[in-house]
Amino acid sequence: MTRMIDAENLTKKFGGLTAVDNLTLHVDDGEVFGFLGPNGAGKTTTVRMLCCLISKTSGTAKVAGYDVGNEADAIKIRGLIGFVPDNVGLYEDLTAYENLDYYGKLYKVSEPQRKENIQRFLTLLGLWEKRDVAAGTFSKGMKQKLAIARALIHDPEILFMDEPTANLDPESAKTVREFILELKHQKKTIFLNTHNLDEAQRICSRIAILNTKLMAIGTPEELEHLTGARRTVIQLEQVTAAVLNALEKLSLGKIVQDGSKLTVETANPIKENPGIVQAVVEAGGRVQSVSVSSSSLEDAYLKLVREQK
Amino acid sequence: MNLGTAWIIASKDLKSVRRKKSIFIGVILFPLLLAFLFPAVIALESRNGGIPASFLPELLNAFSFFFVIAVSTLPTAIASYSIVGEKVEKSLEPLLATPTTDREILLGKSIAAFLPPILATYASAVIYMVLIDYLTYPTLGYLNYPNVSIGIILLLVIPLTEILSIEASVIFSSRVNDVRAANQLGGLMFIPFMIIYLASELGVITLNNDNLLIIAGALLLADAALFYFSSATFRREEILTKWT
Ligand SMILES: Nc1ncnc2c1ncn2[C@@H]1O[C@H](COP(=O)(O)OP(=O)(O)O)[C@@H](O)[C@H]1O
Ligand SMILES: [Mg+2]
Repeated sequence: MTRMIDAENLTKKFGGLTAVDNLTLHVDDGEVFGFLGPNGAGKTTTVRMLCCLISKTSGTAKVAGYDVGNEADAIKIRGLIGFVPDNVGLYEDLTAYENLDYYGKLYKVSEPQRKENIQRFLTLLGLWEKRDVAAGTFSKGMKQKLAIARALIHDPEILFMDEPTANLDPESAKTVREFILELKHQKKTIFLNTHNLDEAQRICSRIAILNTKLMAIGTPEELEHLTGARRTVIQLEQVTAAVLNALEKLSLGKIVQDGSKLTVETANPIKENPGIVQAVVEAGGRVQSVSVSSSSLEDAYLKLVREQK
Repeated sequence: MNLGTAWIIASKDLKSVRRKKSIFIGVILFPLLLAFLFPAVIALESRNGGIPASFLPELLNAFSFFFVIAVSTLPTAIASYSIVGEKVEKSLEPLLATPTTDREILLGKSIAAFLPPILATYASAVIYMVLIDYLTYPTLGYLNYPNVSIGIILLLVIPLTEILSIEASVIFSSRVNDVRAANQLGGLMFIPFMIIYLASELGVITLNNDNLLIIAGALLLADAALFYFSSATFRREEILTKWT
């Protein structure tokens, strides 16, 4: 596997403010890498540095083997990457086709190849019928899709996307996510900025959590285990003292009662759940449902982001 | 620097400007208006006995200088649209992410701002010269145009003025956030040229060939100075982090 992105102690300061602090990460070929963090975490700043749009203050970074920060390499890097900025920045008075054709020319894509790629992407994104319509008349979702097509026009090695679903309605966000998944199947390397945890979890093969500093990095599953405890939620007809007593005896983690619902912290739900259910039933509890809380990544995320403050 | 890339950018901007009727018409109409206005003045005067032959050449020189005044504001209409317009649309960031250099983008945008005004001005100047020659030949007994003076104006003063106007627009563009404000600032470019014109009317200076060459020299120096500031303003990082 080739390293597509290799950042070592990458740092950006704006005057006295440190926007990105000693970031070290790497992204391999074919990965969909989620870069997750709250507003102001430094996601945009990082992507702008990697795309050679702004300078770094210190540290090193390589993109597709070229040095970020070297003037001659910068042009090569920009030719190899596709970039979807947080504001789509389309030419509203140009048509969808003209927007793509202009970028195709700037990326030095030959005319027949441009024609082919434009047709392929516009068709794939369901915009081919609208190719001769001014982009300014498009809905937000259509604009976002057009911006993604624009970033793909030269078949880039890596696609950087800065919060591509942030300002979309749920329906459009879904089509954009599906398209990203489609690209994932085609083994495109994608660096996806997002503040949406669910999105990162569903789309990405690896996730980094950023809050100026890198807080954690790993697969979604690895990150879930960061908090240690996971939760088992038991819905009962009624929570009785006997049930609570029985659970206390199992020496589990924290137990929280919310009406007829019990949430129990467990280290390993797969192993411990049978015993928990058995104890509840033996104590006369009537179980309606048992589930493992799926928000453990959210817990990990919130914990990490809050810890720093 | 790749001129082909600059031309890709210029032709896209020219296409956008052509679609923006208000800008395009303004750029063409203004010099065209002068082409007909001054001959009309001469024609009307000739009904009232005409302007004396001794007075004509100086008057015509003053007329010629008006093309400079007109052209001083025209490129700003395009440059502010193509730079502040992109800033407002946020389309500069993806453009900067392509393998183009800052210089190529700046040159492309400058070409787009340069060409329509100069073409419109040259075409208008030809119409103006033909009409004036036709109207003044009976009085003067010779053809006033073309002459060295309008040659200096068209080939030196006007292109240098346009460049100055474009460079000023680039600098203004980094400071303002709407096209109209950029336009209004750019519109102020006519003031120094208006002052030169008024000075000539008041007899402080004469717009003879020597003085026109001096004006061209001064413009060249100003162009060089503003080139430094405008290219320092139009830098990738500057645009993305300081242009607000
Ligand atoms: N041009 C700039 N000048 C000064 N500070 C900036 C600039 N751009 C970003 N910042 C600051 O850097 C931090 C990171 O911003 P950003 O990278 O945009 O975060 P994110 O994309 O994760 O929301 C923020 O505190 C932001 O205010
Ligand atoms: Mg951001």
